[in-house]
Amino acid sequence: MTSPLQQKIKITGPSMVTANRTSDGIVIYRTAQQGWSASLSDAAVVRTSDEARALLAEANADDVGAVGAYIAPVELKDSGEIKPGNLRERIRSKGLTIDLLPA
Amino acid sequence: MYAYDELDRTLINERVSEFRDQVKRRLSGELTEDEFKMLRLQNGVYLQLHAYMFRVAIPYGTLSSKQLRTLAHVARRYDRGYGHFTTRQNIQYNWIKLSELPDALADLAEVGIHAMQTSGNNMRNVTSDQWAGVAPGEIEDPRIWSEILRQHTTLHPEFSFLPRKFKIAITASDHDRAAIKIHDIGLRLYRNAEGETGFEVLVGGGLGRTPFIAKTIKPFVSRRDILSYVEAILRVYNQYGRRDNIYKARIKILVHELGIEKFAAEVEEEWEHIRDSALTLEDSVIEEIRSRFSYPAYDKLPHMPEELKKTAHDPHFEAWRRNSVFTHKVQGYSIVTLSLKPVGGPPGDATADQMDAVADLADKYSFGEIRVGHEQNLVLPHVAKRDLPALWKALDKIGLATPNINLVSDIIACPGLDYCSLANARSIPIAQELTRRFANHETANMIGRLHINISGCINACGHHHVGHIGILGVEKNGEEFYQITIGGRADENAQMGTLIGPAVPYGDVADVIEDIVEAYLALRARPDELFVDTVKRLGVEPFRERVYATR
Repeated sequence: MTSPLQQKIKITGPSMVTANRTSDGIVIYRTAQQGWSASLSDAAVVRTSDEARALLAEANADDVGAVGAYIAPVELKDSGEIKPGNLRERIRSKGLTIDLLPA
Repeated sequence: MYAYDELDRTLINERVSEFRDQVKRRLSGELTEDEFKMLRLQNGVYLQLHAYMFRVAIPYGTLSSKQLRTLAHVARRYDRGYGHFTTRQNIQYNWIKLSELPDALADLAEVGIHAMQTSGNNMRNVTSDQWAGVAPGEIEDPRIWSEILRQHTTLHPEFSFLPRKFKIAITASDHDRAAIKIHDIGLRLYRNAEGETGFEVLVGGGLGRTPFIAKTIKPFVSRRDILSYVEAILRVYNQYGRRDNIYKARIKILVHELGIEKFAAEVEEEWEHIRDSALTLEDSVIEEIRSRFSYPAYDKLPHMPEELKKTAHDPHFEAWRRNSVFTHKVQGYSIVTLSLKPVGGPPGDATADQMDAVADLADKYSFGEIRVGHEQNLVLPHVAKRDLPALWKALDKIGLATPNINLVSDIIACPGLDYCSLANARSIPIAQELTRRFANHETANMIGRLHINISGCINACGHHHVGHIGILGVEKNGEEFYQITIGGRADENAQMGTLIGPAVPYGDVADVIEDIVEAYLALRARPDELFVDTVKRLGVEPFRERVYATR
């Protein structure tokens, strides 16, 4: 079995590691302080594949706290604000794009 | 309604206790996610984009009012106040907490509901016609056979680790409302020339990335032999089905690769070993199951009661009655479909308040019984015609009297990228926009029967291949695009739709569908030629020309 540290991971831009919290399933982001936050603004941003691999390995080591960790792209604004890098992450970060009730 | 016996109740309660312990061990770290994943999947718990998703079984789509109130309670107490009825007669909750799941399961168990057979590589919820037991001309109630198969396969060790999930659907009517031809096994109950009741057995149907219409493997299997015959099919699948490639693991691939004749020969050989065994269904066994289904004590009622005559002048009531009320096998009664497709609403969703209200209406007007159809609507199966005006008023108040059953806005849609971790594109907002475009009832009525099915990925939970118009979301360079097929159908004449051309971007989908519908209106031979028949007569070319001429 391939060690997570040796898995082929290639990122093409700034990225973060995200998962779901084990107890309630909410979306969480790996922070630079080796913890998790429900806010994307707290996410650790990595810029190289080696950094991404290391951050993911650290996240996966927390099997009790988080489920299904993976690397996802982010967009960094000039202001330093972190934005989701694709539609899937926008939906995970901001919630449903739909009206729940007829409108 | 089917009444569970002590064995069923014990099994469900023990299952809750077992899962409670598993969840406790997962949350404490005693179980890793790798160890826990299969256990949670065997209890209907998936991980989706925003949270865990909890899928609860509604065997053969039948619910009591008490059970529906409990589904409402779970939505309100453990989720966000609504649930989503699926294309396989289940309900899904989208925001459930793992730590609260055992309590939710325990509450459901009190009314005989569970989440077994809703996920994992085992037998899934055996579905049936939502009009079972009340449809005119039906041979007999197909739910008896769904229940026999449910009991036999639940937690059966031989069928708990199949190469892939396995779905069976059963119908006992000429018109197939259960979509049996797109299931791993489809069973059609009928009476042969000798007057004996048995099943046409179809095998190898399915959608997903490799869609197939099921083929008849045996034209007639006596009802006493159906359990052994189905088991023989499962054994052959279990032995030869591929386990090395998830995309080639369904029985449809095995049937396709072996050919139906070779596959049938393998089944026959296996069947010879087990057909005269404990699997033979003696009449007493069948009657035992049948006896646990209760049926209403119908009154003798007139075909056209005064209450109905008095309300016939109301055009809104008449629009609803003509659209949503169907002929019952008993004079004086009707089958009523409740649309979960309001203009601008997510298809198949119902709020906890709506579920409670429907449960009350079922008690008042439908002998306490509700059905769920694969088209993601609800049904009150035993409504006295005299009660139709009062029922309509009550349904209208809670937003469940949209007269669009089988019309263009009665859209089947999967949860799509708004919820699902497998999805590539959104389904629900496409459906919502289409219901707004076709909100005018007169226009929708003039268009006639037209089924739109939307899936957010190739796994096809929205059954897009068999929609009269199918819409499949794909991703291209990070953007949502949609492939459009036309001419599919899921009934007794089931067939896959044909792709009309290149995928179109998210913002163009509703315009494209409007173009297709306008082309149909211009091309149909007569006002009563259905969309799907016009496509069959003319092919896709005129529609392709209309859609792509200016794109």
